[in-house]
Amino acid sequence: MNLFLAMFVSMIMKNLIIFFLVFVPLVVSSNAQEVSEVNFEELSPWLNKTNDTTYVVNFWATWCKPCVEEMPHFMEVASAMKDEKVKFLFVSLDFPTQKESRLLPFIEKHEIREQVILLNDPNSNEWINKVDAGWSGAIPATLIYKDNSRSFHESSLSKEELITIIKSI
Amino acid sequence: MKKLMIFAVLAVFSASISGQGYVPGDEARDFRLKNVDESLVSLADFPDAKGFIVIFTTNHCPYAVAYEDRIIEMDKEFKSQGYPVIAINPNDPETYPADSFENMKVRAQKKGFTFPYLFDETQEIAKSYGAKRTPHVYLVAKESEKLVVKYMGAIDDNYQDASEVKEKYVANAIASLEAGKQVAPKETKAIGCSIKWK
Repeated sequence: MNLFLAMFVSMIMKNLIIFFLVFVPLVVSSNAQEVSEVNFEELSPWLNKTNDTTYVVNFWATWCKPCVEEMPHFMEVASAMKDEKVKFLFVSLDFPTQKESRLLPFIEKHEIREQVILLNDPNSNEWINKVDAGWSGAIPATLIYKDNSRSFHESSLSKEELITIIKSI
Repeated sequence: MKKLMIFAVLAVFSASISGQGYVPGDEARDFRLKNVDESLVSLADFPDAKGFIVIFTTNHCPYAVAYEDRIIEMDKEFKSQGYPVIAINPNDPETYPADSFENMKVRAQKKGFTFPYLFDETQEIAKSYGAKRTPHVYLVAKESEKLVVKYMGAIDDNYQDASEVKEKYVANAIASLEAGKQVAPKETKAIGCSIKWK
């Protein structure tokens, strides 16, 4: 009987160790967001929502200097409009092989709270026109839309420009 | 006189449209730009060429870097067929010091570029062609002393992995030209780094 008790206690201890090893770090690191990797078909619903929320979808990459420079404008507007029906999505075009080494550290360092998705769909000729027919493929680029009303910009946007476009859409 | 005025207005108007860049079928201009070996290079310097693979590219852009080895391969493969690669860096080195003329020399040497790597310092050529991003390719062919844009866009359909490429746009376009067939597609798009204008 004592043997069983000893085994039982040891099992609990083991599980406790597993609990601390696995679960506690998860809770501690929950501030850093998960970044899902999608192809264009999986991204597509994000570009075509039909409700009364305005969606701001920014195409960027950590290695794209003008993208990184405009990102604070987006984050400021996102926090200023957090009580309004505006949702931001950052679509990263970083190389999938650099997700762990570049993208995730960048998100953590710059404390990006808005959702980031990694678009891994190398045949971009197939999908660039589906985002906007006028897009050459150069980044940064931003799609701002609400239901059927769409506005696409292949350029960097200032904070003021962003606010103006969001309010006019 | 009135007709002349209308003509002048139309000419200015169409000039401003062509300022947007070329579409397939347009006549492409020649240029005279400084190469990494300090010589000046024009397309007219290649009387035996049937055409050119003109590529706007940069040192710094990861998408351009991902294609460097494939650009070298294309030059090796198509120079002998009469279509040499001519690479042009149109970026503003004030914003991107990595794209300075000195750094172009370093990059060309390190990678062993087998083709001219020219500096479009005034960005005039990139603007004439309508290059929007790097890398951005223009396949031009000689047609009765003129240079005509036959294909523009991406090199192939997979920037990430050369071994996963299903469609080699530039290679297919050259094969079509050589076979006397229509080039298809004539234009493709690809994700790339925006060119920093002065």
